[in-house]
Amino acid sequence: MSTGTVATFEDSLERLEVGWTHASPGEVATVLREVCDDPAVGVELPYDGVELPSWVNTDPTPADLRDANAGITAAGIGIADYGSVVVQGTPDGVEPVSLFGDLHVAVLRESDIVSGMPEAFEWLGEEFRTGHDSAIIATGPSATADMGALVKGAHGPKDVHVVILDE
Amino acid sequence: MSKAREAKAAKIRQLMETEGDAVGTSTRGFNQGRYDSVQTLDDYEGLKAEAREIKEDAIERLPELLGRLRETIEENGGTMYIADDAADANRYIREVCEDEEAERVVKSKSMTSEEIEVNDELEAADVDVVETDLGEWVLQVADETPSHIVAPAIHKSREAIADLFNETFEPAEPLETAEELTMFAREQLGELIEGADVGMTGANFITADTGTMALVTSEGNARKTAVVPDTHVAVAGVEKVVPTVEDLQPFIELIGKSGTGQDITSYISLLTPPVESPTVDFDDPDTPITETETDRDFHLVLIDNGRLDMRDDEQLRETLYCIRCSACSNVCANFQHVGGHAFGGETYSGGIGTGWEAGVEGLDSAAEFNDLCTGCSRCTTACPVNIDIPWINTVVRDRVNRGDVSEVDWLVEGLTPDEEPGGVSLQKRFFGNFETAAKVGSLFAPVSNWAAQSSVSRDLMERFLGIDARRELPSFQRETLKDWFDARDSRVQDATRTAVLYPDVYTNHVQVERGKAAVRALEALGVDVVVPDVRSSGRAPLSQGMIATAEDHAHDVYAGLAEYIDEGRDIVVIEPSDLAMFDSEYEKFLPEKSFQRLSENSYEVMEYIFGLLENGAPADALQTVDGAEVAYHSHCQQRTLGLEGHTEAVLSDLGYDVATSDVECCGMAGSFGYKSEYYELSMDVGSELREQFQTDETRDRTVVASGTSCLEQLDSLLRRPSRHPVELVAPRR
Repeated sequence: MSTGTVATFEDSLERLEVGWTHASPGEVATVLREVCDDPAVGVELPYDGVELPSWVNTDPTPADLRDANAGITAAGIGIADYGSVVVQGTPDGVEPVSLFGDLHVAVLRESDIVSGMPEAFEWLGEEFRTGHDSAIIATGPSATADMGALVKGAHGPKDVHVVILDE
Repeated sequence: MSKAREAKAAKIRQLMETEGDAVGTSTRGFNQGRYDSVQTLDDYEGLKAEAREIKEDAIERLPELLGRLRETIEENGGTMYIADDAADANRYIREVCEDEEAERVVKSKSMTSEEIEVNDELEAADVDVVETDLGEWVLQVADETPSHIVAPAIHKSREAIADLFNETFEPAEPLETAEELTMFAREQLGELIEGADVGMTGANFITADTGTMALVTSEGNARKTAVVPDTHVAVAGVEKVVPTVEDLQPFIELIGKSGTGQDITSYISLLTPPVESPTVDFDDPDTPITETETDRDFHLVLIDNGRLDMRDDEQLRETLYCIRCSACSNVCANFQHVGGHAFGGETYSGGIGTGWEAGVEGLDSAAEFNDLCTGCSRCTTACPVNIDIPWINTVVRDRVNRGDVSEVDWLVEGLTPDEEPGGVSLQKRFFGNFETAAKVGSLFAPVSNWAAQSSVSRDLMERFLGIDARRELPSFQRETLKDWFDARDSRVQDATRTAVLYPDVYTNHVQVERGKAAVRALEALGVDVVVPDVRSSGRAPLSQGMIATAEDHAHDVYAGLAEYIDEGRDIVVIEPSDLAMFDSEYEKFLPEKSFQRLSENSYEVMEYIFGLLENGAPADALQTVDGAEVAYHSHCQQRTLGLEGHTEAVLSDLGYDVATSDVECCGMAGSFGYKSEYYELSMDVGSELREQFQTDETRDRTVVASGTSCLEQLDSLLRRPSRHPVELVAPRR
């Protein structure tokens, strides 16, 4: 990871019309408050010193998922060339939490941004061989052109926001 | 016109009117998106070569990979079933649903599931089946079939979808915008997914090492389909297996770009089922998802249904490398105008559709639309796995010809010097043996031209040969290029190079002037030219699917040119479709060494002139101008060979201001535009070129085009004449 990679990642997000914010561990809660509407659901983040604020429901029911305006999860890696975040399906529900809300907020360590797809697949190959079983390469919001023009939020989130965790 | 031809023409006419605009707008958008998107790659060709290599290897090792995959899936806790055919697959899937006592199955988009028609099987067993891809759902509500393998409802306009929804669902407020329609569908489908018992997906790729499947989607429905219910059935062809997770990388980078022109689709789901994600049980909406008991079931149903026979079929095997991206549909001029309802069979549509239909359904289904491939070759460079799609279409055409013995053979058997059996239609035989007709035509010109143009002849030609009476016929010249050349002396002393000008059948008999111009231009640049008596390239029979005849031509042409090549002569070719034979199709007919020798020493005439000028030949030996404006249409096969730019460069060098068309094909495509069942489609495709040459910027420009067919088509489309570019640049005498 280099500054160039992060800049490329940001350019790609810009192209996708995906918002992003840099935050130190201490700033994450403030950033989340700014971008999320209630009700929000989330999955605890695996980063030192980062905890989801209490207004985020981290133990959602199906009904909570259905009603969520925002879903907050970690992302395994970011892919700079494409502006993608890789969302890993885990028993604590990262996949559904990232999928049902109108907004998906992905929190990503800056050092986990890789430059391109070859690097991403090196990482993914290792992940799958060591027992992880699902990863979604998510690029921008859910979209469809099936109804005659491009519309965001066909089934999944209408918006995505990426929080880049500075270390 | 025969009844069958009239019926086909009527069907095409109707689809052009009802669906052509919607299909055209989307496919042209996808196609342009592909051109733009692949430019973001550092090494597009390298990535395609890598993807091709992975597929070649995977199909070669298929039995081993399937064995490995079975072990992996079972270790993961899933079940793998290889179904021999559609009935076998459907029975298995129905039984899974019965075991689950499923009342509703939600599906994400899968062409393989359409191939086996699993919805019918499940509905007959009282299982409610819901397509959750928005396009597929529109079609399910409308009870229609896909017209495109990636964007299935591409033929329906927003207005048509709004009418359909408003009539079917009678919402309180009538739906109108794309946003309203999408949100309505999201809500309806969201509820249906919540109550589903089984989720069914396809799989774009499956890795043998980890049992990971890749689902390429944009909407998020496949994610919900796979994660919400506790039973997941994935249906895919056996050819979808690749060795490792890392092998997915080139495909993931290529598939969205090649298809809809997106750099990447919104979601690439990489799932190794049964997945750890908790199920989302909406029957128990108030228990946290992490506390729901998750006991997932996974069934991978791999379908053979003819694929293993395709693997053993040397000619069709390549079809199995197809990743269903739809690039070959989107780039295809004919597809852009009629869509998959004409350019498709039982399930698959577009260029590669013929190979699939021949393999999984049989020749009858492939025969219905195989003729719509004109062999223009624009799909070959669009295909992310470098499949020679026109060749597959030619092979299928050949097999259809051989299988069809219904035509009256005795009329022409013996009169046509081809290598084909009885089944070839009279129409195809006529066009396939065009060289013979041209010889007779020149011999008796101009009487032959008057005779051919008489109303009685045109009526008979339409009746028996299916040659549309609305087309002007080529006018044969009494003095052929060869006759003219033999009657004159070479004008070159101290030649800088020596060359053969290949007298293709059109230049020799019909467009003789461009041949003469080529000789004058080459000689002016110091090239010693000969015009030998060599047979036609075989392009005409090949385009009719008469492969044996085309091969016969290839051997004769090589024999006729080999000594000249050994003598150090370059082979200069005017007609791009013939050069394309030397440069690509001959690889199938000639020994590798012979193919290489001919291919490496052959040049398109303007490419050759470009090379001479680059190497110091004096440009002022040719005709120069001061900013004269030309409108140039390159030839489809010429562009595939990457030779469009040479003509532009030469014309610019000589002082022309060049505007080049960007349509994929003029629509004529050799014999295609002459055939009465396709005449109107050919003109419809041509209308795009006409529009480009009738804008304020282009309408007064001199028109030049490289191909015989393009020149004929332009003559029908425009009031002003068109010529080959070499006629502009050659000295007058």
